[in-house]
Amino acid sequence: MTPDLLNVEHLTMRFGGLTAIDDLSFAAKAGAITALIGPNGAGKTTVFNCLTGFYKPSIGRLALHHAAGELLLEQMDGFRIARSGVARTFQNIRLFPRMTALENLIVAQHNPLMRASAYTLGGLVGLPSFRRAEDAAIDFAAEWLERVGLLDRADDEAGSLPYGAQRKLEIARAMCTRPALLCLDEPAAGLNPRESAELNRLLVGIRERERIGILLIEHDMSVVMGISDHVVVLDYGRCIAAGPPAAIRRDPAVIRAYLGEPAEDEMAARGGG
Amino acid sequence: MEYFLQQTINGVTLGAIYGLVAIGYTMVYGIIGMINFAHGEIYMIGAFISIITFCLLALFGITSVPLALLIVLVSAVVFTSVYGWTVERLAYRPLRGSFRLAPLISAIGMSIFLQNYVQIVQGARVKPLQPVVTGGIALVQSGHFTVTLSYIQILIVVLTVALMAAFSLLIARTPLGRAQRACEQDLTMAALLGIDVDRTISQTFVMGAALAAVAGVMVSLYYGVVDFYIGFQAGLKAFAAAVLGGIGSLPGAMLGGLLIGLVEAYWSAYFTLEYKDIATFSILILVLIFRPTGLLGRPEVEKV
Amino acid sequence: MATAARQSRTVAALKESGTAALVAFALAFPLIGFQTVEMSGGLTVRTRFDWVAIGVAIVFIGRLALALWPQEWKWRQRREPRHVAGGARADAARNVARFAAFAGVSFAIVLPFLPFADRYIVDLATTVLIYVMLGWGLNIVVGLAGLLDLGYVAFYAVGAYSFALLARNFDLNFWECLPLAGVFAATFGVLLGFPVLRLRGDYLAIVTLGFGEMIRIILINWGSFTGGPNGLTSIPRPSFFGLPFAREAEAGGPIPFHEFFGLDYSPLHRLIFLYFIILALALITNAFTLRIRRLPVGRAWEALREDEIASRALGINPTNTKLTAFAIGAMFGGFAGSFFATRQGFISPESFTFLESALILAIVVLGGMGSQVGVVIAATLLVVLPEFGRQFAEFRMVLFGAAMIAIMVWRPHGLLARREPTIRLDGRRRRAQAGPA
Repeated sequence: MTPDLLNVEHLTMRFGGLTAIDDLSFAAKAGAITALIGPNGAGKTTVFNCLTGFYKPSIGRLALHHAAGELLLEQMDGFRIARSGVARTFQNIRLFPRMTALENLIVAQHNPLMRASAYTLGGLVGLPSFRRAEDAAIDFAAEWLERVGLLDRADDEAGSLPYGAQRKLEIARAMCTRPALLCLDEPAAGLNPRESAELNRLLVGIRERERIGILLIEHDMSVVMGISDHVVVLDYGRCIAAGPPAAIRRDPAVIRAYLGEPAEDEMAARGGG
Repeated sequence: MEYFLQQTINGVTLGAIYGLVAIGYTMVYGIIGMINFAHGEIYMIGAFISIITFCLLALFGITSVPLALLIVLVSAVVFTSVYGWTVERLAYRPLRGSFRLAPLISAIGMSIFLQNYVQIVQGARVKPLQPVVTGGIALVQSGHFTVTLSYIQILIVVLTVALMAAFSLLIARTPLGRAQRACEQDLTMAALLGIDVDRTISQTFVMGAALAAVAGVMVSLYYGVVDFYIGFQAGLKAFAAAVLGGIGSLPGAMLGGLLIGLVEAYWSAYFTLEYKDIATFSILILVLIFRPTGLLGRPEVEKV
Repeated sequence: MATAARQSRTVAALKESGTAALVAFALAFPLIGFQTVEMSGGLTVRTRFDWVAIGVAIVFIGRLALALWPQEWKWRQRREPRHVAGGARADAARNVARFAAFAGVSFAIVLPFLPFADRYIVDLATTVLIYVMLGWGLNIVVGLAGLLDLGYVAFYAVGAYSFALLARNFDLNFWECLPLAGVFAATFGVLLGFPVLRLRGDYLAIVTLGFGEMIRIILINWGSFTGGPNGLTSIPRPSFFGLPFAREAEAGGPIPFHEFFGLDYSPLHRLIFLYFIILALALITNAFTLRIRRLPVGRAWEALREDEIASRALGINPTNTKLTAFAIGAMFGGFAGSFFATRQGFISPESFTFLESALILAIVVLGGMGSQVGVVIAATLLVVLPEFGRQFAEFRMVLFGAAMIAIMVWRPHGLLARREPTIRLDGRRRRAQAGPA
């Protein structure tokens, strides 16, 4: 049994009178893809926002397990969480539109580069170690551009890329932070079936090669069922089911949440119930 | 004690004027989420139109004070509202989809433009106005000091209270008010429901400008002098009032205005006159750092 | 068929223009139609209805022209061209820009020695360069980091006043005071920035505006320290590395500049020296900016400007990063302030009003936020245009205000903004493919 990478315990998020997440607990493992699904408004993105420091949970323990120990994400600032190895993409793509694809990926490597530039001072005087670090960063970025098939568009403005390419670039950018946990918020939104299949291959590739944990919010069931190892289902902020994809697909609670209660006459037509 | 009472009266009067201007800031922020940097200049224009109308009335030999006041108020409100409408149309509406800093820079440009426009067409000199409303009521007398409540002060406060009441009713009961509240909450949804968003926004600007015009008339009567720079100064303070009261909240704007007016009156009376503006700005900065939603505002949650 | 469509379009255009003219009339009638004039008895008004008529006519005709303009032309104006960083056209544009920059700097260097360069020209050029440097300094804060600072003049003032006070009270010369003034200004930047840089764009703008005003009020009122409304005088002028620019040597002092180099005394010498100082300072600012864009912190600034939320999600500390931009911008403002103090010989709070902040912001905005060349052009226009006549001088700020609005509506990224990427892949790949050099 591989150890958990992320333990979410009793996460509750309240906005004034509205409880967006209600006592949610689940775990995500490294080297596995965990999908977070549920109808719209179930609170999935809110979970991400709590995990990545954009919201402070009302209650909850979010433990990220490191080689060195355990980090409690609910107490950390967003950017520190990112530095600790949690990367994310956004529901509405948030690239840096006027920077090139390559620059987007270089920005992702900001922290190691800052250290290498001796917090800018070394960079100003042209330290050779900084130049080497920068070259290494460019090579790393180029690797990822190639992996998502955007190497030939490295110098194009990110805002000018087609939608599917932008989604892939955002994932590549997140990967350039060398995360331990990758959180993807609806990466397949707006993709056609061919692009979704490509996405599946990319994510499975990341799982196999980088062996990191992937946490995935998704509505596209071809992606969820196709590649997830573990699925957590949310409805009205509560976890209504959790388990392997095959079991979730058949779970009556999940079906009810997505499709609603069958109408009375429908039940009568089915012959009682 | 009497001195304190007098300062309180002065502060409340000043606060009423700031409050009227602050409402304009807060309404515009509530509906389109931007600070109308040029709003202070609208107030200044109101004051100028007030003075010009008074001069014209004097030339025409109209001496009845109530009639003159009425004509000046109507004139200022009408013309200033046109300015308010035009500013929105020219400098903000085209930028509604643009990047975040664009409307702000445009607003700054509009503020610079209006300030210098008035300076050019009316001259840079300070414009004095012959006292129109004079006299007052002596309230308390103690030794050599008499606490007076001047008629102009009464007028300002009464007018402000009446306008506040009228506007609150407007916002709460009329279709325009409902449309405005809807737009404040969710612009896109309001549009989808058939509300003419453009017109609602324009109307918001016009209402803010009208209130600022009244404030301008009041200030021209109260202080007796206007110059093209008063918009900048009052604008900052009125904005501080709006933030203090809770940006987006109408009663908050009035409350903030009152508090800022009182602080200014007390500070200049009991501490130093020169640094009174520093007191006001400091309040603004402290509020934004420690309680950005102000006293009566609603907390804003960051949408990711 | 076509004529009917054209007719209805003309009618619609006429109606639109009529409404516009009516609005223009309402705007012009009270403030332009009547002018308050001070007379012995008080205030009276003078009518200027001819101006109103002219204004309304211009608006009517202009609106009509806009409405009837051929449709295709309007389309082209609306779309801002999408920029693709790679490609031959971009390369060519880059080469042109590089050549223009080289030509510009060369011209600036030889300017004082050109035959037509008299005292007036050198003076004017020096003023232009001060604003260029201020614009480049603010460009770091507004253009690169996207922080709308409306109180930049505060750092300018801190630099000027700290220079003046250090020079007068501690008898330090220009070169000693300059770095200190920069440090003071940068410290001020950190102190001012730390509490407020978390605020959103609009609020940050107002708060920095408030800070600028507060500094000005303090300068005016803290007479014992700052000299009050009269300011500080007798600020020492710079010497040529120890050689004073005087006609005669002071008793026991070093020999003057002109004697040392065997020239006749001319007041132009000091002016030219000052000119070269500000030129050097400005070029250093520019070089620094170009360099720091390629460093992680510079890219972090731009990333924060583009999308702060995404930047945070990549591990960028927004507060520290913004503070760095603020402090560095402040430092260059402080340098410019020191130069201003030594050039004038006296300073007073009047030079440090909100209008200055607005001017510098206008330079940055009009030039294209982030564009170095644009700042130069805008600063030159700002300083030189009023010299062409009193009319321009009066209308300068009105035009600048209108220009800021126009730029935002038509070309939000400024007249010249083409974002130059800081790093390109294809160059490296070509080199790699060519094999180890």
